[in-house]
Amino acid sequence: MSVIVAKELTTALTALREHGDARLIQGGTDLMVEINFNHVKPTTMISLRDIKSLRMIRTDTPGIMSIGSGVPYSVIEGEPVLTAIPALAQAARTVGSPQIRAAGSLGGNLGTCSPAGDTLPVMFALDASIHLSAIDSSRVVSIHDFMTGVKRSVRQHDEIITAIDFPIINGWQGYSKVGVRNAMVISVASACLVADHENADVRIALGSVGPTIIRCRAAESWLKTTLDLSTRSTISLDVANEFGRRAAEESSPIDDHRSTAQYRRHAISVLASRLLRKAYQ
Amino acid sequence: MAKSSLVTKPRDILGNSALRPDGAHKVQGSFEFTSDLHAENMLWGATLRSPHPYAKIVSIDTSAALALSGVQCVITADDVPGKPTYGLISSDQPVFAQDFVRYMGEPVAAVAADHPETCRRALALITVVYEVLTPLTDPEDAIAGSFAPIHPDGNVIRHQRIIRGEQSISGPIVVEGEYVIGMQDQAFLGLEAALAIPDPDGLGLHLHVATQWLHEDLTQISACLNLPADKIRLTLGGVGGAFGAREDISLQVHCCLLALKAGRPIKMQYSREESFFGHVHRHPATIFMRHHADSNGKIVKIDARFVFDGGAYTSTSPAVLINGITHTQGPYKCDNATVDGYAVRTNNPPCGAMRGFGVVQACFAHESQMDKIAAAVGKSPVEIRLINAMVTGDPLITGQIMESVAPVARCITETDAIPLPELMGQTVNELSLPGGSGLTASRSNIVRGIGWGVSMKNLMYSEGFDDYATARCTLKDGIASLKFATSEVGQGFVTLAPQIARSVLGVDEVILEPIDTQIGSAGSTSASRQTWMSGGAVDGACRLVRERLFHHVGLMHSIDPIRLVIDGTDVIDQLGTFRVSVADASEGIEISETFEHHHRATEELDENGQGNCHTAFAFVAHRAVVDVDPELGLVKVVQIATAQDVGRVLNPLSAIGQVEGGIAQGLGLAVMEEIVMKDGKVRNPSFTDYLLPTALDAPDVVAVMIEEHEPQAPLGAKGIGEPPCISVTPAIVAAIRNAIGKNIERIPVRPQDICL
Ligand SMILES: Cc1cc2nc3c(=O)[nH]c(=O)nc-3n(C[C@H](O)[C@H](O)[C@H](O)COP(=O)(O)OP(=O)(O)OC[C@H]3O[C@@H](n4cnc5c(N)ncnc54)[C@H](O)[C@@H]3O)c2cc1C
Repeated sequence: MSVIVAKELTTALTALREHGDARLIQGGTDLMVEINFNHVKPTTMISLRDIKSLRMIRTDTPGIMSIGSGVPYSVIEGEPVLTAIPALAQAARTVGSPQIRAAGSLGGNLGTCSPAGDTLPVMFALDASIHLSAIDSSRVVSIHDFMTGVKRSVRQHDEIITAIDFPIINGWQGYSKVGVRNAMVISVASACLVADHENADVRIALGSVGPTIIRCRAAESWLKTTLDLSTRSTISLDVANEFGRRAAEESSPIDDHRSTAQYRRHAISVLASRLLRKAYQ
Repeated sequence: MAKSSLVTKPRDILGNSALRPDGAHKVQGSFEFTSDLHAENMLWGATLRSPHPYAKIVSIDTSAALALSGVQCVITADDVPGKPTYGLISSDQPVFAQDFVRYMGEPVAAVAADHPETCRRALALITVVYEVLTPLTDPEDAIAGSFAPIHPDGNVIRHQRIIRGEQSISGPIVVEGEYVIGMQDQAFLGLEAALAIPDPDGLGLHLHVATQWLHEDLTQISACLNLPADKIRLTLGGVGGAFGAREDISLQVHCCLLALKAGRPIKMQYSREESFFGHVHRHPATIFMRHHADSNGKIVKIDARFVFDGGAYTSTSPAVLINGITHTQGPYKCDNATVDGYAVRTNNPPCGAMRGFGVVQACFAHESQMDKIAAAVGKSPVEIRLINAMVTGDPLITGQIMESVAPVARCITETDAIPLPELMGQTVNELSLPGGSGLTASRSNIVRGIGWGVSMKNLMYSEGFDDYATARCTLKDGIASLKFATSEVGQGFVTLAPQIARSVLGVDEVILEPIDTQIGSAGSTSASRQTWMSGGAVDGACRLVRERLFHHVGLMHSIDPIRLVIDGTDVIDQLGTFRVSVADASEGIEISETFEHHHRATEELDENGQGNCHTAFAFVAHRAVVDVDPELGLVKVVQIATAQDVGRVLNPLSAIGQVEGGIAQGLGLAVMEEIVMKDGKVRNPSFTDYLLPTALDAPDVVAVMIEEHEPQAPLGAKGIGEPPCISVTPAIVAAIRNAIGKNIERIPVRPQDICL
């Protein structure tokens, strides 16, 4: 196996185009596990760790925080992300252990594209956009179009995820994740809720309860038609529970060794209800 | 490889918190675990395992693997020169499966090659044709006899009943329940590993291995290799935890066979995934209990039925069964009992020893029952336990008289006296709520519960086993060296043994010689026994040396040796002014003594389960405070208060370490640790899905050590390793029940068991 340690994005992109079976590695917290289990056997690895441009957090575009694909969770947990995109900081805090958070990245979470990826529901709830670059082209894809299935995305082999744009909203946002222990656990069910006060809008995205992250469009619009969200009053328990019930209805969880479909659906209803009440406390 | 280590910290005598000699190395990552061993010209070994829980082996073709470049040899059942099977109690487990595989992960073949990757490829090239059979996975089918025997020895490993007192007696209060305990893994961090080095003449070998009992390994290995025991030398490699999982043979015989066949050193080590298949687990069990009590809640009679799923091979199942059923009553008086117990064979993974050894299962059942009695008679969990608490001199349901110090009531009252944690304030750190870093709850979503668990645990081996430990002490020029075969698996015997020598002999420097089979057996590092047994052996050897030293000093200075005692690091005349340092007194001489410590004899149980089968007992109480999120079914154990009957604290730091670690392990069984099985297949053989408690799951532990010296114990100290993990589990579950007002009879408690 050869390892190419790229210092510049173009070096990595050129190498990626040249080697049809090359694998990109950022923190390696997903990829090295796969390699150690012999699930993948790449002959070429392209390390992105030393590419500085992938480790930047930019705010040059008004209303957008653009986070480089290589920024580790240990950075995302703190400022400036904590204030600008608190749900993302919360999601980052739930990932693995301090060691994993020091290495793992949004690029890797998107590269793996698991429905249990903790930052993905935040991207779905915030309508984030993904920057993809190839050696001779680049494009920006909405997260909703990016993820196509369990561990599947529209990323082409020769593309590198460079950054993720998160709209800064004026309102409340939160991420909650249910796991069977209190830290370092794969989510059994998760939810990110964003209450966009400026646009009188509530958005909720669910993780681990379907083949992709699920945006609960029906529950969102039911809430909008039921309540005038622009007045920002507190939300009754009945309305919150009904919202939770509807969100759970939009999930399609399965039974596996981690949990049951029934529990996952129930957990979603509780999380959605609690997040909504918190948003309008 | 194991080297003699010099322990120089002064005056770390009994009662002081001497530090581990290997502590700093472990913290710094420089400690040499067995998996770090290396030898010149070494090859790697790897094991091919069955993917099926039950299948007939039609054929095995190893030719393609042998043809692979870098492969030295491939071995199967046909290559075992000696006994084809092994086992701790019954030799019924094949070294390699011959005709049938009886559990998922059973070894079928092994390879030796120049690189782990070559091994992996070679394993993939071995073609095994299986005729897959329907596995026996329900223990009740094994008992009912409704399934054809899956092993020549049959599907029931052991059946034992206990019949005591009046069989038809009852009381106004009758409570019952059927309790289910899931399969827990020992999950030690240092994975299975060994290095086998063949002797240059090819007639013997030297095995470095992480194990709990070198001599028992030696006996089993020598039978399978068909080599005399004196041709095999075992040295303890660095061990990273055991908890029972290293009592049975895992890779020992495979590694030796490969080394002898290859004529080169062989290193084997398991991955975490392989480890889940490579060692026995804690028995899953189903226990029915019915307690009859009088209107005050005093136990009149217990009816119980135990079913332990032993999995495919016997391992220690017969002993686990006896431990389980003989602890039906827990630490409470009980004159009448009808108990029926089975340990059965299934195509599930073999189960055997794990910290608590059958008593963990029994305790979950009897403690759940105690709370049901309390509720029925309107008493508190503390009152009901105090009313029933046993004392020294009480007969057990086996007819054995409790001769150990039995401060049961004191354990309960001293635990009860520990202040409860503060109630949650309005502002709380969200990470400390149930759900932890998942931020699933606010303070208003949480209810708090309190629960109790009290346990009795037998110490050392039972049922007539001649259990002993050997140690040698050599005093020379003021330095003591100690030799024993006691496995140091992390419990701290390497800290304790020098403390004993310093206390008894007045030396400062103590050298620990390599831990190997060049001395008599120390017995197993299990059953909370090494402080008592090997501690007794070291103490005995040091006392013999001290006698001879006094004799020598007496001769030299014309003092009757009977007047001499150790004072600090000096020998002094109690009746005069004579004083000489031990270093000076022993200059130029060498005194060496070996001592074997045996515990008192025990008996087998008769057909009615009567007999003095146990050696001694220890007791502990646990009170759990648990925060529960009833809607999501998530929990946070806030505090465990405990008072433990330890006899005597020999090293406060080691003692609290055992207590805190045991509590974490018991917490794991209460709320998260389970090997999930489906149709005989393990669904979660990884730390991604087999969940162990993290720092955010661990509670505050407030512990009181109850020191009533045990007269039977050589140092006055009882074993303290197992009790901490036994009654904490039912205490936590009781706290969950208390918080949500719902009966739960299965562990681990899953979120859905709480909220759905
Ligand atoms: C112990 C442990 C605990 C974990 N806990 C969690 C958890 O709680 N929540 C969670 O969501 N995840 C968890 N993970 C998974 C993992 O840490 C995350 O998915 C992390 O985001 C991966 O990032 P990375 O930089 O390490 O990715 P890598 O392993 O380097 O890469 C992962 C994949 O993404 C691709 N990739 C990486 N960067 C790019 C890029 N810039 N462009 C295109 N493709 C790219 C790689 O080729 C690879 O296929 C855990 C992993 C471990 C080992």
